[in-house]
Amino acid sequence: MITLTGVSKTFGDTTAVRDLTTDIAAGSFTALLGPSGCGKSTTLGMISGLLRPDAGEILFDGRSQLAVPAERRAAGLVFQKPLLFPHLNVEQNVAFGLRMRRLNRAQTRERVAVILERVQLGALAKRRVGELSGGQEQRAALARALVLEPRVLLLDEPFSQLDATLRAEMRCLVKDLHHESKVTTVFVTHDQAEAVEVADTIALMLGGRLAGQGKPEMFYTTPPSLAAARFFGVTNELPGAVRAGIFTAGTAALRRPTMLPDGPAVLAVRPETLVLDNSGVNDDRLDGVATAARFAGTHLAVDVQLADGSVLTVHAALSTPVPVGASISVGIPSAAGVVLAAATQEPPGDGGANG
Amino acid sequence: MKGQRLLVGLLLFAVLLPLLPLLVWAVSGQWRYPALFPQQLSLRGLKLLVDPKSDILLGLVTSAGVAVAVAVLACLIGYPAGRALGLYRFRGRRAVQFLLLAPVIVPGFAVTLGIQVFFVRYHLSDTILGVILVQLLPTVPYAAIILGAAFANFDPDYERQAGALGVGPLRVLLFVTVPLLRPAIAVAALLTFLISWSEYILTLLVGGGQVKTLPLLLFAAIGSSDTTAASALAVLVIAPPLLLVLAASRLLSGSSGSAIGFGRL
Repeated sequence: MITLTGVSKTFGDTTAVRDLTTDIAAGSFTALLGPSGCGKSTTLGMISGLLRPDAGEILFDGRSQLAVPAERRAAGLVFQKPLLFPHLNVEQNVAFGLRMRRLNRAQTRERVAVILERVQLGALAKRRVGELSGGQEQRAALARALVLEPRVLLLDEPFSQLDATLRAEMRCLVKDLHHESKVTTVFVTHDQAEAVEVADTIALMLGGRLAGQGKPEMFYTTPPSLAAARFFGVTNELPGAVRAGIFTAGTAALRRPTMLPDGPAVLAVRPETLVLDNSGVNDDRLDGVATAARFAGTHLAVDVQLADGSVLTVHAALSTPVPVGASISVGIPSAAGVVLAAATQEPPGDGGANG
Repeated sequence: MKGQRLLVGLLLFAVLLPLLPLLVWAVSGQWRYPALFPQQLSLRGLKLLVDPKSDILLGLVTSAGVAVAVAVLACLIGYPAGRALGLYRFRGRRAVQFLLLAPVIVPGFAVTLGIQVFFVRYHLSDTILGVILVQLLPTVPYAAIILGAAFANFDPDYERQAGALGVGPLRVLLFVTVPLLRPAIAVAALLTFLISWSEYILTLLVGGGQVKTLPLLLFAAIGSSDTTAASALAVLVIAPPLLLVLAASRLLSGSSGSAIGFGRL
């Protein structure tokens, strides 16, 4: 298990990570998710030992790692770039760490052969690294880290430079490898779809702070904050206020019970949970004018301008006839949306909420 | 393709042509104007080279020893300097770069006259150690510049990656950084070796004539107007660097662009 307590890191006058406290469970596959500049790579750097935190404590299984240099931490790190050593061939690259550990030749050869086979590079063992494709390079880099059997595997956006198909393949491979080895894995990514697909736990970082940690579903059903909800694709926000446990939207007769204290709040609604509704099946309806309908592959994205000028985006089935320019009614099913405190300011860096 | 080869051949011929009379002189006993060929051939010049009573064998050993020591030291000093210049952006970087070049811009002769006092004070004048130290003046700048250019194209993440694979800093240096920079290091070593090999004035000033490298012996032979001896010596002075450059070009060819032309001979 990896434990971070009050970890902070400042570069010059920008604070990359502030007061980060989190637990990463042993054997878990945790995605460290966030937009660029949120501090996720810095956090990974501190876990790996390549960066030294300005404050706070980092523990592996209860043992402090602050005084342990990167090369002696039991953490394997795979960078965004494959960084295969160009003076060595594929096999020698993978064997590098073992050779430096002075493992005997026979065992080294065997372990390298096994892991190369596992990442489907067995046939390319003798290739020069310059002759590999992008995906093969990244698989070799993965093998080079895994052959050392690290207690923690750290992946810093390892697939971000690959094209979409390869990325999907690599995701599956990493997921399978994790399933087999159960090595605690921390995966940095800015792509929430990738995080949702590959990880069993997501730690969302926004502005250098932990903005929520939990199962991927949690970020859809009960996002910890409006900012988190926005990062996970909430495009519709109906402002309103909470009074005595009831949220009331400002523009519509829309009510939701909530646990939030009194104050300004927002009903955050994912576009795919809204429905175009002219027949009045739903209790809550908002009337507006359809201003655009965009083809989005699997669905139509329909913009509906409400009476107060705000725009809701609704995902509708491709076969739905949408009369652009005509009045239309948007139904809000009672299960849709979640009441969140209005984003007047970032919530305080709460440690591992909903962990 | 064929025309290009012809051109290269012509070029080589033009470069090597002046060396031809040298070779002939080295084996001639008598060669007076207006004869096209020497009137008399002799092995005196070549015998002189291997004569244990002459200083020439000792000079060869001294020259080689000094040049190797200078090349190694210049690369050792040039490595951190090149690393700092190539990898890091810091205040006064340009000033440091200029200062590094200063000994090349200012004639080494002038510099050495200035610092000779210190060589005398620390009993380094007239010693091989002193000669090696003074020859670092014109060699370290080149080593630093070549290695600086190599470091400018070097991705330090390779070192971080090696660290993340559990390798300590010293072994990262030996097994990752140095192998990756090998072409540039080879070029720096070769160039500094060549500078040291043909250095005359600094060796004379600090060595005081006591440290007899081949260029000193060559100048002495030229001074005594013994053309045969001087030519034989000149061949001896020219041959090792020529062979070294040829060997290096074989080794470096195709390895990388940082071999700055040496790889394409």
